[in-house]
Amino acid sequence: MTKHTGYSKIKKSAKARKTVGNVVIYTLLTLWAVMVLFPFYWMLLSSVKSYGSYTSEFIPAFFTLSPTMENYISAFTAVPLAGYFVNTLIFTVSTTAIMLVVTVFAAFAFARLNFKGKNVAFMLFLALMMIPNELVIVTNFVTITTLDMRNTFLGLILPSVTSVFYIYLLKENLAQIPDELYYAAKVDGTSDLKYLFKVMLPICKPTIITIVILKVIECWNSFVWPRLITDDANYFLVSNGIQEIRESGFGRENIPAMMAAVVVISVPLIVLFLIFRKKVMAGVSRGGTKG
Amino acid sequence: MKVVLQNLSKAFPSRNKRVNADVIAVRDFNFEIPDGKLIGLLGPSGCGKSTALNLICGLLTPTGGRIFFGDDDVTDLPPENRGVGLVFQNYALYPHLTVRQNILFPLQNLKGEDRLSKADMLARAHEVAGLVQIGELMDRRPSELSGGQQQRVAIARALVKMPRILLLDEPLSNLDARLRLQTREEIRRIQRQTQITTVFVTHDQEEAMSISDIIVVMRSGVVEQIGKPQDVYDSPVNLFVAKFLGTPPINVFIGKVDGGTLFIGEDAVLDIKGISDREVYVGIRPEGFVLDSGGPLCCNLSRVEVMGRDVSIVSSHDASANPTIRSIINAESAVDFTSANVRFTVKPDKVFLFSRETEDRIFFEV
Repeated sequence: MTKHTGYSKIKKSAKARKTVGNVVIYTLLTLWAVMVLFPFYWMLLSSVKSYGSYTSEFIPAFFTLSPTMENYISAFTAVPLAGYFVNTLIFTVSTTAIMLVVTVFAAFAFARLNFKGKNVAFMLFLALMMIPNELVIVTNFVTITTLDMRNTFLGLILPSVTSVFYIYLLKENLAQIPDELYYAAKVDGTSDLKYLFKVMLPICKPTIITIVILKVIECWNSFVWPRLITDDANYFLVSNGIQEIRESGFGRENIPAMMAAVVVISVPLIVLFLIFRKKVMAGVSRGGTKG
Repeated sequence: MKVVLQNLSKAFPSRNKRVNADVIAVRDFNFEIPDGKLIGLLGPSGCGKSTALNLICGLLTPTGGRIFFGDDDVTDLPPENRGVGLVFQNYALYPHLTVRQNILFPLQNLKGEDRLSKADMLARAHEVAGLVQIGELMDRRPSELSGGQQQRVAIARALVKMPRILLLDEPLSNLDARLRLQTREEIRRIQRQTQITTVFVTHDQEEAMSISDIIVVMRSGVVEQIGKPQDVYDSPVNLFVAKFLGTPPINVFIGKVDGGTLFIGEDAVLDIKGISDREVYVGIRPEGFVLDSGGPLCCNLSRVEVMGRDVSIVSSHDASANPTIRSIINAESAVDFTSANVRFTVKPDKVFLFSRETEDRIFFEV
């Protein structure tokens, strides 16, 4: 019996320790969540305050009693936001699609094919990652301008259809697939290309989805390049649109309207992320741990 | 479908740039595999048996020689056009496909006239699944199967397109001992049922002997002996083959022939004819010893292991090439465990003589 009570004591203290641990963890997590989510809340809040009340608040209020939708209307009327939306959609979809094709084939070549200078080529590729983007923008600008592609979709899209990092990520993933599968597929009667599409890519689906989502986000958020390469409003993307709305406030910044535009623009990304959340995480952790 | 290997050779270029010699994995392999038989390719690791298999299925191209399936020369055909089924050591199932899709995969790659309708494909897949008894697992993924089940799926996938030849590359080495026994009988059954010419690679001589119609013993890329398992066991061509086959392994002694008598150390074990006086290796199978208190071969008794049906006597002898001699005696014969010595006579047909220089077999008469 003494043994029994001793055991229940241990059980009790273990339970108490676990409870304390949980309290600490959840408190910290809650704090963290508040910190992360507050900007989103602030964005939503500002977007439903009227321009008048927003500018009259000397100390910004943490809530509003008279929410209004007028900012959302003015976001779409002050500038052709819907048109920018369509532009962004075209830009994002075509960039991502072209980039995916380029990445898949490049990664396949580096992972599976044997050709002279493969390793040197791959090293040079990786070395490209060390050159900062800002540096490339200058040369890209010169190139695109010389090719007379300013204010065209082609000019917007072309510089971002390759990504060394995504090629590297996918290549590492493809290289992890055991050679036996390739031999098995060969004996089962597939060509190299069929093997890529029927075996390799389905196995690497999480990584592909990750790449697509990250690229979509990157395209959707891109600002510097579209801003540089377009001055015709017919080719503006939403990010340029936000800038324009900001400047539409009677000489002062129209923050509420801008926030409304930001909300509208963020919704597609948030929806996308919520749908594929698990896949993104799976892809990132897979590519990250083994590689 | 019979398979003919003609002077088949494969050399791999040396990795070491200073040494220009190629690594020869298979040298001058000549063999005609009869139709519908199960062939065991046997040898220690690194002897070129897997290379030989990969040459037959086309994953490697030979550096010399030809390969024929029936009358067709397939030497230059890629694996996808050879119509072979291959089972890998680690099964190599497609992890993203269900068992059913795995089995269907080879059928979906067929083109032209060979292509079946969807219903026919499914029917064929289910037929093969029934053959290897995995009918109830069709909707699972490979990760949800045990090793033995994965093995069956791999066999089903190899069989589904009715290959001209079925190749098995150490298919049992990832299974536990009991499953290995069971699966090997299964492979034998399936092979008998389908009558597909099968080549089975293994380093386990017991496995090869138990299921093969013909075994091919290889060493360092060279075929040492080809024959029925019992024939190769009863009549090895050289010391290597004799040592490689049989558990417990053959006992090797250093001996000599002098005046028509075979000596092991000082013991005159056997009167033999047909050999001039010379130094030899003497191989005696464990079952070749007969307990005999007046026998000529006198060994120091170490211990006796009782195995139920048989008794295994472990002893030593000065002239033995190995530290221990293992002999298997019927359990009914009385063994004196306490004595320091044990005496044997030997069965002449279980004694093999090998040349000291070449290790080749020397035949003798009694």
